[in-house]
Amino acid sequence: MPFGINETMGQYSELFMLLAAGTYTIAFIAFAWDLAKSSKALRAIDLKAAQAESPTRVPVAAGAAQAGSRSDASHLAGPAGRAERPSSSAAAGNGGGVITADGDMKYAAERRAPARIAVALTVLGVLIHAAGVITRALGAGRVPWGNMYEFLTTGAFVAVAVFLLVLIRRDLRFLGTFVVGLAIIMLVAASVAYFTPVGHLVPALQSYWLIIHVSIAVLSSALFTLTFAMSALQLVQSHRQKTVAAGGADKLGFMRLVPSALSLENLSYRINAIAFIGWTFTLMFGAIWAEKAWGRFWGWDTKEVWTFVIWVVYAGYLHARATRGWTGTRAAWLSIVGYLCVVFNFTIVNQFFNGLHSYSGL
Amino acid sequence: MSERVKVKKKSPAPVAAAKADAALPALGIKGMLRWAWTQLTSMRTALFLLLLLAVAAVPGSLFPQRPANPSIVAQYIKDNPDYGKVLDALQLYDVYSSAWFSAIYLLLFVSLIGCVVPRAIAHFKAMRSQPPRTPKRLSRLPEYGTLVIPADAGIPASDAINGAAGLLRKRGYRVDVRDADGARPSIGAERGFAKEVGNLIFHTSLIGVLVSVALGGLFGYSGQRILVEGDTFVNTLVGYDQFTPGTNFQSGQLEPYSIQLNKFDITFDRESQGKFGQPIDFSAAVTTKENPDAPARDETLKVNDPITLGGTSIYLTGNGYAPVVTVRDGDGNVSMQGPVVAKLQGDNYYSSVVIKVPDAAPDQLGFVGFFLPTAFITPEGVSFSADPELFNPQLTLNSYYGDLGLDNGAPQNVFELDVEDLTPLNARNLDAGGITLTPGASYTLPDGKGSISFDGVKRYIGVDIHHNPGQAYALAFALLAVAGLILSLYINRRRVWVRTGTHEDGRTMVEYGLLARGEDHRLAAEAAALKGLFATEWQLEPESPDASQQTPSSKRDNNAGSPTPAGPAGPEKDQ
Ligand code: HEM
Repeated sequence: MPFGINETMGQYSELFMLLAAGTYTIAFIAFAWDLAKSSKALRAIDLKAAQAESPTRVPVAAGAAQAGSRSDASHLAGPAGRAERPSSSAAAGNGGGVITADGDMKYAAERRAPARIAVALTVLGVLIHAAGVITRALGAGRVPWGNMYEFLTTGAFVAVAVFLLVLIRRDLRFLGTFVVGLAIIMLVAASVAYFTPVGHLVPALQSYWLIIHVSIAVLSSALFTLTFAMSALQLVQSHRQKTVAAGGADKLGFMRLVPSALSLENLSYRINAIAFIGWTFTLMFGAIWAEKAWGRFWGWDTKEVWTFVIWVVYAGYLHARATRGWTGTRAAWLSIVGYLCVVFNFTIVNQFFNGLHSYSGL
Repeated sequence: MSERVKVKKKSPAPVAAAKADAALPALGIKGMLRWAWTQLTSMRTALFLLLLLAVAAVPGSLFPQRPANPSIVAQYIKDNPDYGKVLDALQLYDVYSSAWFSAIYLLLFVSLIGCVVPRAIAHFKAMRSQPPRTPKRLSRLPEYGTLVIPADAGIPASDAINGAAGLLRKRGYRVDVRDADGARPSIGAERGFAKEVGNLIFHTSLIGVLVSVALGGLFGYSGQRILVEGDTFVNTLVGYDQFTPGTNFQSGQLEPYSIQLNKFDITFDRESQGKFGQPIDFSAAVTTKENPDAPARDETLKVNDPITLGGTSIYLTGNGYAPVVTVRDGDGNVSMQGPVVAKLQGDNYYSSVVIKVPDAAPDQLGFVGFFLPTAFITPEGVSFSADPELFNPQLTLNSYYGDLGLDNGAPQNVFELDVEDLTPLNARNLDAGGITLTPGASYTLPDGKGSISFDGVKRYIGVDIHHNPGQAYALAFALLAVAGLILSLYINRRRVWVRTGTHEDGRTMVEYGLLARGEDHRLAAEAAALKGLFATEWQLEPESPDASQQTPSSKRDNNAGSPTPAGPAGPEKDQ
């Protein structure tokens, strides 16, 4: 073993993790405040506009900058040839009243102070979190993903970091409560249920493939996390759009901060495509590593089974997007099922299923 | 088959395609088969089979699997007498070789071939034909824009079209100029054929992976061997403790290499509290020879770092202690001497030991017991191993004499001794008590049956030896599949049409439209980029209201506040 254990570093790491979880908690509150406040503000604007007797579309466009007028631009309705989808007609037809958020998920001109505070706090949290991950790595003298505790803490870090990176280009702040909330849960679960002091890797994990294989798996999982949230919102949004289009009452006002179901679907498709390539690499590199470690590249070990199942479900998702009648809601369900498999693979399979991969460090 | 191909087929023979879609098998056997084939190769079926495959793979993680662990399966069936056998009948212990799992993936691959071949043919034709004719109304396309070249620029319609053709060619489009000298010259252009090629490569490579895996099953083999320090393994059938040949294996395939274990070292964790005493490094020093006459080579065998020799790979998969004992029989002769492989049972190398001495006379002798590297006995008399290293090695044994049952030739498990027909000599509940030995000590058996001495401890390793000729192909096809996947997902197939004409007042009017085939979220960006290129080519101010008509995409750019009047607006690089 080239590096020794440094337990003091490990203790610093624990402290950083706690601080990060605390900061995230405040950020979470700010994100929730943003959702609540914005939906109130939007309702007030609507009310005023209705009093001014404006036609349906104008008030929103006037109130929330140019967001409303943008969402009906034709290219936002998705690629050509997909216009026959029910979700797309809802998106195009009701762009004015139901949806306020930009279909392209570009930042709008108006400022949302709580959202800005929330993002700033999340950045602060992720920096502290990074310190936690780095001190953990230094303390153990290796990459910080060798057991469940480390998968969770590092995985949460990657999820938040990926989210923030996407925020640079796209206004996905409506996902803030979800992503930050998940990170909090992961950190708490890591400290409470899976705490493991810094330690050496068992020989089975001592390979550069650990660095390659697991880092790509964690990264892909972080992307799947984003698309899971977007697909879930897509289902809610599409239901809401249909309700409103049919003349029903809009009970989910905060969903106006969320882009149309079709925009969600299109962006989550793009992210899922990247994550699918990542997962393909995860699977392949895992197989190469298995060949190096155990002498066979594929042996239907439980972990291998579930990695395969996840891969096939997302392949199904990509197929669904190209199959008539399977786009929209059904594709969203597949994306959700795929993510549930990811979670299952990580939690239940790691802990309760025996297999060659049973080195979760419990 | 994808929607696009269907659409394509419909145009020449819409009636036939509609019939196939309506799926009325009132066409006799031939029609029925055709109907079945159409169904099987439809995208919907592929999707269904894919999801079914995912579901079918799950039971293999819920129930123990025979190929991985036959003894656990046998135990499981014994433990669950009510449904254990039923599960077996449903092949739930052999999921991945079961009839139903095989049926799903074979159907899937048949569907895949039925899908890929026609697509490949269609695509091959498309690649050789000219871009489709220019639509009458370009304004109906999802991306549309116009430019106006002032009369004094001196660029007539035909020059403009040639200029546009040049630009598009440079941008990677395949361009066909139509009616260049006519009144309304136009261009049809297309790019992104590699998308479809990538898709075809991807799907074909999946077949390649499957075939490679099958190849490994046919011609591969694997085996196990335990090597105590000092032992040599020679790669012949008798050299293996356990051997699993592929269906087409021939013993001539085995290269007669040899591998000798000189020394095996383990490093234990002495630093961290939580994992104190856990092994953190295994290292086996071995000497290998390619064949009996080849020069000897010293190598190190480690976990995650196999040795390749004679077309096989040799893996370090297990290890343990092998106490060295000497057994003398009732006649006073040495009837057994050497290391005994102790099988791991519990923490800290708590291991079981079975010693069979068939050569002992007048009675055969047998010993059963435990080996503890660091023996520790609680006040209650429970012994356990407190550390994996040899701080206080101890051998505790019971002894038996009688007929071991080895002489009738039936194979026996070396790690088990059936004591039913034997007479006990030493045991804790007998007057003589059990045998407890430390290194260097010896014990004389009661009734003059002989003696046993504990001479020392060696280490042993378990090695797995694998030969899989399909492996390299599987990897190659997998890499090819990823390459195809990336092409398929990230190349956009687009068509562009440009039409020019001369206005009565001498201005040259240019209109263009874009169409994507399949997912393409950057079509608008491409339209904007093309507009920028055209404007530069003809030295126009793209954003001046009379020179260009606003399109949805350029409106967005205005809103974003970053018009690029001169330079081409590069395609957005998001994702
Ligand atoms: C082993 C089973 C299969 C797997 C794992 C698989 C996987 C995939 C994946 C990941 C994609 C998305 C990437 C891309 O666009 O190239 C895809 C696309 C596609 N697959 Fe498959 N596939 C399988 C079988 C099939 C079968 C049986 C068919 C035909 C019936 C088929 C037809 C297609 C088509 C047409 C596309 C392009 C979709 C589009 O235009 O977006 N695949 N496949």
